[in-house]
Amino acid sequence: MNLILHVWRQPGPDRGGEFVRYDAHDISPEMSFLEMLDVVNEDLVGRGERPIAFDHDCREGICGSCGIMINGIAHGPMQATATCQLHMRHFADGAVVWIEPWRARGFPVITDLVVNRSAFDRIIAAGGFISANTGNAPEANSVPVPKQNADDAMDAAACIGCGACVAACPNGSASLFTAAKISHLGLLPQGQPERQRRALRMVAQMEAEGFGPCSWFGECQEACPKDISIDTIARMNHDFVRAAAATRIEAPVRGSA
Amino acid sequence: MAIDLRARIPGGAIEQKWDRHLFEMKLVNPANKRKHTLIVVGTGLAGGAAAASLSELGYQVKAFCFQDSPRRAHSIAAQGGINAAKNYQNDGDSVYRLFYDTVKGGDFRSREANVYRLAQLSVHIIDQCTAQGVPFAREYGGLLANRSFGGAQVSRTFYARGQTGQQLLLGCYQALEKEVARGGVTMFPRRDMLDLVVVNGRARGIVVRDMVTGRIETHLADAVILGTGGYSNVFYLSTNARGSNATAIWRAYKRGAAFANPCFTQIHPTCIPQSGEYQSKLTLMSESLRNDGRVWVPKRAGDQRPAKQIPDTERDYYLERKYPSFGNLSPRDIASRAAKEVCDEGRGVGPGGRGVYLDFSDAIQRLGREKIAERYGNLFEMYERITDENPYDVPMRIYPAPHYTMGGLWVDYNLMSTIPGLHVVGEANFSDHGANRLGASALMQGLADGYFVVPLTMGDYLAAAKPEPVGAEHPEVRATEQAVHERIARLLQIRGTRTVSSFHRELGHLMWEYCGMARSAYGLRTALQQIPQLREAFWRDVLIPGTGEELNQELERAGRVADFLELAELMCIDALQREESCGAHFRVEYETADGEALRNDAEFAYVAAWEYTGDGQAPVLNREPLVFENVALATRSYK
Amino acid sequence: MWLLAFYRSTIGKKVIMAVTGLIGIGFVLVHMAGNLQAFAGWPKLNAYGAMLHGPLNELLWIVRIVLIVAVVLHVLMAWQLTRRAGAARPREYRERRPQVSTLASRTMRWGGVLLLVFIVFHILHFTTEQVDPAGWRGRLDAAGHRDVYGNVVASFHIWWVTLFYIVAMIFLGLHLYHGAWSSMRSLGYAKASPHPLHRRIALVIAIVVWLGFTLVPLGVLAGLLR
Ligand SMILES: Cc1cc2nc3c(=O)[nH]c(=O)nc-3n(C[C@H](O)[C@H](O)[C@H](O)COP(=O)(O)OP(=O)(O)OC[C@H]3O[C@@H](n4cnc5c(N)ncnc54)[C@H](O)[C@@H]3O)c2cc1C
Ligand code: HEM
Ligand code: HEM
Ligand code: SF4
Ligand code: F3S
Ligand code: FES
Repeated sequence: MNLILHVWRQPGPDRGGEFVRYDAHDISPEMSFLEMLDVVNEDLVGRGERPIAFDHDCREGICGSCGIMINGIAHGPMQATATCQLHMRHFADGAVVWIEPWRARGFPVITDLVVNRSAFDRIIAAGGFISANTGNAPEANSVPVPKQNADDAMDAAACIGCGACVAACPNGSASLFTAAKISHLGLLPQGQPERQRRALRMVAQMEAEGFGPCSWFGECQEACPKDISIDTIARMNHDFVRAAAATRIEAPVRGSA
Repeated sequence: MAIDLRARIPGGAIEQKWDRHLFEMKLVNPANKRKHTLIVVGTGLAGGAAAASLSELGYQVKAFCFQDSPRRAHSIAAQGGINAAKNYQNDGDSVYRLFYDTVKGGDFRSREANVYRLAQLSVHIIDQCTAQGVPFAREYGGLLANRSFGGAQVSRTFYARGQTGQQLLLGCYQALEKEVARGGVTMFPRRDMLDLVVVNGRARGIVVRDMVTGRIETHLADAVILGTGGYSNVFYLSTNARGSNATAIWRAYKRGAAFANPCFTQIHPTCIPQSGEYQSKLTLMSESLRNDGRVWVPKRAGDQRPAKQIPDTERDYYLERKYPSFGNLSPRDIASRAAKEVCDEGRGVGPGGRGVYLDFSDAIQRLGREKIAERYGNLFEMYERITDENPYDVPMRIYPAPHYTMGGLWVDYNLMSTIPGLHVVGEANFSDHGANRLGASALMQGLADGYFVVPLTMGDYLAAAKPEPVGAEHPEVRATEQAVHERIARLLQIRGTRTVSSFHRELGHLMWEYCGMARSAYGLRTALQQIPQLREAFWRDVLIPGTGEELNQELERAGRVADFLELAELMCIDALQREESCGAHFRVEYETADGEALRNDAEFAYVAAWEYTGDGQAPVLNREPLVFENVALATRSYK
Repeated sequence: MWLLAFYRSTIGKKVIMAVTGLIGIGFVLVHMAGNLQAFAGWPKLNAYGAMLHGPLNELLWIVRIVLIVAVVLHVLMAWQLTRRAGAARPREYRERRPQVSTLASRTMRWGGVLLLVFIVFHILHFTTEQVDPAGWRGRLDAAGHRDVYGNVVASFHIWWVTLFYIVAMIFLGLHLYHGAWSSMRSLGYAKASPHPLHRRIALVIAIVVWLGFTLVPLGVLAGLLR
């Protein structure tokens, strides 16, 4: 099959960019979307041109490196599917495909389709952990966890940190990502001691990074390759309100980028 | 210069060695810890755990990875699970049994003392990860669940759905970010380690390329830890992430670290078969599938009928037939080779005849579709997403693929390489898996190394070595930096006609053909002729657009492929030298009457540690003899 | 200083949004019920109005103050949140295809502006009677009460007034279809469900409010109220 691609090309950070048209020829429906780009790139390189830069690594939908806005849909048309797991059989022959990077103030574009997502690391560093230093852990079975909680925690913990939620959200909100971690840890007994602190600090950091508010559009959940539910956002708000009411410490915010 | 291969294994009975070592090791006084800066390259389970734990102890840690975030290390892809000798299932497991299984599984080419320590530490790993909030699977009673995995007869594998590696890594990553926030760890993502700085014979730093700006940076420290993963991508197509590479350990090798057993590479039996030339990677289907799936091919060669139409009498469940007691759960090397055999006989299924069936119809009848969905739902989805076939209705097609490298930099009991101050953890070292790794034991090893071993042995090194200060102006530092600049310049000015991946693909074909599942002296010699030619062609004709002062993914890959082109040669040399079949290393000349691996303990019960002696010169083989005082050397039998 | 931190955070603002919004919902439900008395004939509605302004005047003022504060906060928060949302994506996509977001959710902002305009107009119209399209200012009914009923009927005989009200009510319905659902989530109340986007109660509230209000102008057009 053949495709007409309009790809966002941007030579570097805070440089201007533009859409460039490429015609992709004899693409196999068995290819993944990234393999299709590989083919286009090998062509470009063969002609000595700069290939299209995009992040990717595992190509199994688990590392969260990949992420492209495809025809206005984060990670493309298939639900619960990361870009690397999207296959060309879902595109019609001769289709026109607009390819854009994630766009958000918290995700500055580095080159072409590659964006800087380190804001997510800073959100986790603000409190997305359980302080259990190596060595001082109790015997694993000494704290039973109801299966339901363990399963719900796992659902939330499945987040791969790809950023599609931000990309898809009309508000550029990182609520789903942040809430997924707050829910994962908040659902486990091990996560209780730091639960309030975690909510206050992670939310404060999320906002310091310039991500938008949640207006409950629900687009994030739809774009999420791991089906994280917006119910987690309700849980985040719940924890945040409780924490804000209970504590007198103002959540300190580490310098954002 | 002959290198020092003393393993520094503590004395005493195997059960006491580690405890005794803990006591004998020198300590760094808490107040001085913060005066030591340490470099950790790699934020996978091994590197990440090491960086976090060392920072918790009070050291200043600089951590590096090539992804945009430490959370994306390739450990994230591990599906099946992690072993631990908890004996929660009361099925007779014990530290000793895990130790025994691992030594035997490794076909007696690993170090007893290390493996025993690994088994001991395995129980603490589960405690640590649970405390961090890793959502392991649980029973209704709220206690941890287990499953049996990869050729084990006891249920000792802990898992978190099909995403065990992801959850373990996130626990590790969160601990790392906790330390970043505290100021103990400085994180350097999107950095490509291109060389190791050795001053006065000691590892003192690294040279990295900032992959965004292209700037070459030198980072100095009192010691360096490499946790940079495996090199299966030397085969081009493997289950590893696209970025996984050998550059870090290869550079270290060229700076004097011995490379152990490079030819010990594991081919995983259950991967989705290749569908075309364009294919960029092979996807693993977790081994746990073999608990309920039955492996078969048609009895008649060239049988083109669809699976459903082939009656049971005309199916060959070859694993159950050949290995009655282990059947579909026989170890990876055995299962992989068996699959290759039946395909070579022309009985393979699917396009290209390179595949065998993994059939769940019996299990679905026995347990019901729901139960199967509950166990393997996400894996079945993944399979259907890729192949567009529904495993509930038609059997899966699987084929072996390069997956794990037991070989790596040689390390002693303290995980220190032959370069003082250079410690190596996780898949990057030659590890505790001997000639073959059992399922669910790499995560275990990476975390044992990172959380519990290197944080302590590092103290012992620092206390003894008392590293003197080294400045950026030091001639050896400058020289290394210079070498990196020159190499990049050289690559960029070739401006030939062929793409990097075209070379990588060609190398992959060579290695898969001649240094893959079955190796022969003839094949290896052929490869040893062709690889240097390919390398020469690469340096003459590779085409890398763009410059070095920007994000340039072709340049990154070129550097990695250049190193693979050298490593591949060493792998073949090693495979040729090892005139026996052991574990994953199968030499067709050395097999028993019924086609099983024929080990030669008299001559080859050693670790082959290769020493670099200069480009174009033959590497020197050093041998670390392996002694087995606890597990009696025996022929592996899974019949 | 947690209060300040709370107010500064978008979640805090959303909570204020939700609370004030819920107050609004409570009010419109009551108000709607009051209006529907029109169908019971002019004496009933006028008497109701008179009662509000007569004996219940103090109560009315309390309600008014609460409402004014609520609307002011609601609008202020809406403005601030909208600004923040805009700032979070400085450059829009060339292509963006909404997948699941409802029309209601996407019209909260402009619809809200319309509601604001409506409320202002509406109070000038029926309460203070400064805007007096029907020329009914100060008229009394047979019982000597302010002839609210007559004003309503007369006003809805004017096509653009009716049109404006009906359109406004449509947007109110939309506003509540999203708002009645999202406010509970903003406050952190949400039963985990396989379909988090489903919202039955909100749908009912929206339809009831929309219909309940729209019946009056429709009733006038249909000649039921005269
Ligand atoms: C698909 C798959 C499934 C698996 N399933 C299991 C399983 O179920 N159970 C099990 O026990 N094992 C499993 N394994 C094996 C196991 O996952 C790996 O062996 C283990 O995770 C390796 O961890 P590591 O920390 O040593 O290296 P990795 O996790 O690979 O981390 C390497 C790190 O080094 C960094 N790095 C590498 N090169 C450079 C460089 N040049 N410069 C800078 N940084 C660099 C990377 O950025 C990364 O952070 C699986 C492997 C695969 C491929
Ligand atoms: C067709 C729909 C509506 C009709 C016929 C209607 C009718 C009236 C009437 C007759 C009054 C004057 C009552 C009195 O002064 O005795 C009034 C007051 C008021 N209405 Fe409405 N109304 C409608 C819709 C709405 C809506 C949707 C809102 C809010 C969003 C609203 C808010 C108010 C307010 C705030 C007052 C002033 C109450 C006070 O302080 O006295 N109305 N309305
Ligand atoms: C006065 C003019 C009004 C404006 C400008 C306005 C604007 C808005 C906006 C922009 C939102 C979405 C906020 C966000 O999620 O980002 C919103 C939410 C809401 N509005 Fe209004 N609105 C107005 C009047 C009303 C009225 C009269 C009611 C009730 C009858 C109401 C009830 C709600 C509710 C319940 C929400 C949901 C809050 C949440 O999601 O937490 N609003 N409003
Ligand atoms: S919540 Fe979903 S979309 Fe958002 S980062 Fe995590 S996985 Fe990606
Ligand atoms: S799309 Fe955005 S508005 Fe909230 S529900 Fe998702 S974050
Ligand atoms: S490349 Fe890892 S998730 Fe897509």
